[in-house]
Amino acid sequence: MRIELEKRASASSLFQIVSPLLALALTLLFGALMFWMLGKNPGHALYAFFIEPLLEVWSLHELAIKAAPLILIAVGLSVCYRSNNWNIGAEGQFTIGAIVGSILPVLVPQWHSPMVLPLMLIMGAIGGALFAAIPALLKTRFNTNEILVSLMLVYIAQLFLDWLVRGPWRDPKGFNFPQTISFAKEAVLPELLESGRAHWAIVFALVAAVGVWFMMRYMLKGFEVTVLGRSERAGRFAGFSSRRMVWFSMMLSGAFAGLAGISEVSGSINHLQPSISPGYGFTAIIVAFLGRLNPLGIIVSGFILALTYLGGEAAQLSIGVSDKVTRVFQGLLLFFVLSCDTLILYRIRIIFGSDRAAAEGRS
Amino acid sequence: MKKLIIALAATAAALGGLSSGAQAQEKTKVCFVYVGTKTDGGWTQAHDIGRQELQKAFADKIETPYLESVPEGPDAERAIERMARSGCAMIFTTSFGFMDATVKVAEKFPKVKFEHATGFKAGPNLATYNSRFYEGRYIQGQIAAKMSKKGVAGYIASFPIPEVVMGINAFELGAKSVNPNFKLKVVWANTWFDPGKEADAAKALIDQGVDILTQHTDTTAPMQVAAERGIMAFGQASDMIAAGPKTQLTAIVDTWGAYYIKRTKALLDGTWKSEQIWDGLKDGILTMAPYTNMPDDVKAMAEETEAKIKSGELHPFTGPINKQDGSPWLKAGEKADDGTLLGMNFYVEGVDDKLPK
Amino acid sequence: MIEAILLTIITAATPLVIAAIGELVTERAGVLNLGVEGMMIMGAVCAFAGSYLTGSPLLGVLCGIMGGALFSLLFGFLTLTLVTNQVATGLALTILGLGLSGQIGESFVGIPGVKLQPIVFPVLSDIPFVGPLLFKQDITFYLSIALIIGVNWFLFKSRTGLKMRAIGDNHGSAHALGINVIRTRYLAVMFGGACAGLAGAQLSLVYTPQWVENMSAGRGWIALALVVFASWRPWRVFAGGYIFGAVGILQLHAQAFGIGVPSQFLSMLPYAVTIVVLIIISHNRRTTLINTPASLGKPFVPDR
Repeated sequence: MRIELEKRASASSLFQIVSPLLALALTLLFGALMFWMLGKNPGHALYAFFIEPLLEVWSLHELAIKAAPLILIAVGLSVCYRSNNWNIGAEGQFTIGAIVGSILPVLVPQWHSPMVLPLMLIMGAIGGALFAAIPALLKTRFNTNEILVSLMLVYIAQLFLDWLVRGPWRDPKGFNFPQTISFAKEAVLPELLESGRAHWAIVFALVAAVGVWFMMRYMLKGFEVTVLGRSERAGRFAGFSSRRMVWFSMMLSGAFAGLAGISEVSGSINHLQPSISPGYGFTAIIVAFLGRLNPLGIIVSGFILALTYLGGEAAQLSIGVSDKVTRVFQGLLLFFVLSCDTLILYRIRIIFGSDRAAAEGRS
Repeated sequence: MKKLIIALAATAAALGGLSSGAQAQEKTKVCFVYVGTKTDGGWTQAHDIGRQELQKAFADKIETPYLESVPEGPDAERAIERMARSGCAMIFTTSFGFMDATVKVAEKFPKVKFEHATGFKAGPNLATYNSRFYEGRYIQGQIAAKMSKKGVAGYIASFPIPEVVMGINAFELGAKSVNPNFKLKVVWANTWFDPGKEADAAKALIDQGVDILTQHTDTTAPMQVAAERGIMAFGQASDMIAAGPKTQLTAIVDTWGAYYIKRTKALLDGTWKSEQIWDGLKDGILTMAPYTNMPDDVKAMAEETEAKIKSGELHPFTGPINKQDGSPWLKAGEKADDGTLLGMNFYVEGVDDKLPK
Repeated sequence: MIEAILLTIITAATPLVIAAIGELVTERAGVLNLGVEGMMIMGAVCAFAGSYLTGSPLLGVLCGIMGGALFSLLFGFLTLTLVTNQVATGLALTILGLGLSGQIGESFVGIPGVKLQPIVFPVLSDIPFVGPLLFKQDITFYLSIALIIGVNWFLFKSRTGLKMRAIGDNHGSAHALGINVIRTRYLAVMFGGACAGLAGAQLSLVYTPQWVENMSAGRGWIALALVVFASWRPWRVFAGGYIFGAVGILQLHAQAFGIGVPSQFLSMLPYAVTIVVLIIISHNRRTTLINTPASLGKPFVPDR
């Protein structure tokens, strides 16, 4: 028995809808099996995972908080990946964005002005963009691979943050514990609604997603991204510069990651501390591909991934599974979603019998 | 449409809550938030052992749900809030990085009691608790000075926070009370948890000539290296004798269970008050693992010191003590106050390292 | 003392070299597997379990290799048979591996492991300085050297290696020439998995003989970076692994020695040095291009 794929003439619009549902069904099936084997009530477990976090208003707010940085970063990354620039260091750009954006509230806390917050956000975005400009510069100048440089810069950024909050930026009244002073009111990203903690980051994320979607679909720049990503040569014939595209895509994704960083720090944490991200920059890579590198798809996949984190917690509490089980379950879900996507572009055949028989049967 | 959704949600909620709802009503929920996994072999595991002791002590009177691997930051606030909403009567948040998140949630849920480990921000329904680890470090220092032939020990440190600096100083002071010329070398691993890196740091220290190791990181890797290289070492957070049966001199064992039982009892009796608690050896929040692999006279000295600390006769930070640069810190007979200790950011004389600032 | 330091560096560099050389083969065949961290940790837990249950660390090593290879098969099935996106699948593999290994290893936490014993070459190991470094090591070290030499020979001297590189450079033409692209890629992915598993075994049986969750602590990512650093050439993987390992160890010595630089900056050194060295060696655009597998990460479906 073997499995063979046959490319469809065009992407199946039926399976674009069916495939996620199939993936969900398979995940539920396998998840139920897994929980049953662990001696847990499968219905209860799946309910905790997928439904419980959606039932309460506060939890929906939390979903938005968790999804916002994922979506914002992933949207930027999608432009990178579409143009064939492999920025995998968004985590570092997120960190530097948070640091640069925090310069005002940490170093000049006495400056109270409505200008503080917008300036912080802009500085955060610039910080992220400039940090992403390092791999861009090295790639265009010295032909240095951006995968390695951007990844290595993640560690450097995190250690730099560590040094800052334990050293020069430490709160002098904080018993020498590693965090900066808390941000003043006007440096905190306000909450959207009365009903919960969700702040403006989710709005930034959605606006960015729609904006990039518009650019990719209706603007010349989007066309340039696609063409250069498909083939550098073709792009050159069309008069596009792949060098400029490296700069553009890296700095755009860096800016988004930096904005996500400062929004997270300003809106959710309210000070700088050694760890400000549970790996958003890396998880966003999955989000980007899960969303098929389409900004609107990324909105959906960002929420789904955020849901699995919240659901994992709910499941730990209500049915007492360990965090390892929730991670395995998350991995399963990703696998099923990715495999079912294959059905959109391909027909799958399962062929019984030997290779030869199959080949003859077809001819 | 809206009605339909609500009806569906209610049904789902009813189905989901079916099995837990009925019996859970009677039990009090005492909840825990962990920064690592409960089997990390170090910090979080020690808390989880405390939780298990607590559960055993009150058997079917309480439930003790917990959340593992909660990242410090906004996730922590969500995790704590989820616990508060799920009906926890008391929540222990067991990492310094949960401080601000705990403060925020505590303000939102005035009826729930909160207990934050190792922090300094308290509130009407938020207590803090910590352990005087340095008392154990002082005893270790004394043993090290007796056992070391070269008069140099190595200290694998995690991050330059006051608690770690305090531990380094206490170790050096203990050692100097036996051998005034004792030196202490420090390596910062910049991690709490990376067995490989901890082992590398241990090897580096040994190669630089230390013949006793102590660690303020979580895994048993340094103990294993010490065993392999044939030098002595001290365990951290839990009894690490299994990793070095012929190597471990003693270990500082975090025994949070005693504290958790005390506070839960207060909660059930209705006598719980918000306090800032900093317990030591005498309260049982930390204990010394059996003194092993040492001559009887060293053991006797260690036991005597332990007894003196418990009775309050001896405070490790008692003058005269000079700072690293030789300038005086405490006059003869003067004891360091808790505030200075909790914010400690300088070395005492004899530590062979530059404190990262 | 220099000898002791070198020994430490060898231990630190070996898992990086092994995992990276495996990934190098995978990538040379045109498959980008970002799940090295996940396969490595699976190898570590399988090796520890095997060693503990059978009482033989050597069988443990074998279990680690098999564990890594089997786990990579999952990746192979998804990306090769079902042509899922390689980047996303690799990352998902890492998530799954970290969770699964923790689940499998839960009962092994806190059990002291048995260290893999060195294989001592008589006479040779008595040579001062060189002997203990090169002839008194455990099997993973010898394997790491053999792998570098073997892979180098395989890729550039053997016919199969040539075919494999052809697949990595242009799977369409290779397929047209009658090379079985999918089968070769399956083998390359499993080789990568086996190597990552072996690297994991080194972690839980040699480096630190014990099992703790997440004990790979990001070494899989470094291995991935090393492949790029090496511009897909085996000997550069070796050099890169040792540069990275050496800088990491030396910064600890610098601290113990007592130089007054914040430890965070010293900890940054291995990463910074890697970048700088890469800048220097990637200056020549042509050699880099020649060695980069052109169809890396691109999906392939044979058209019939």
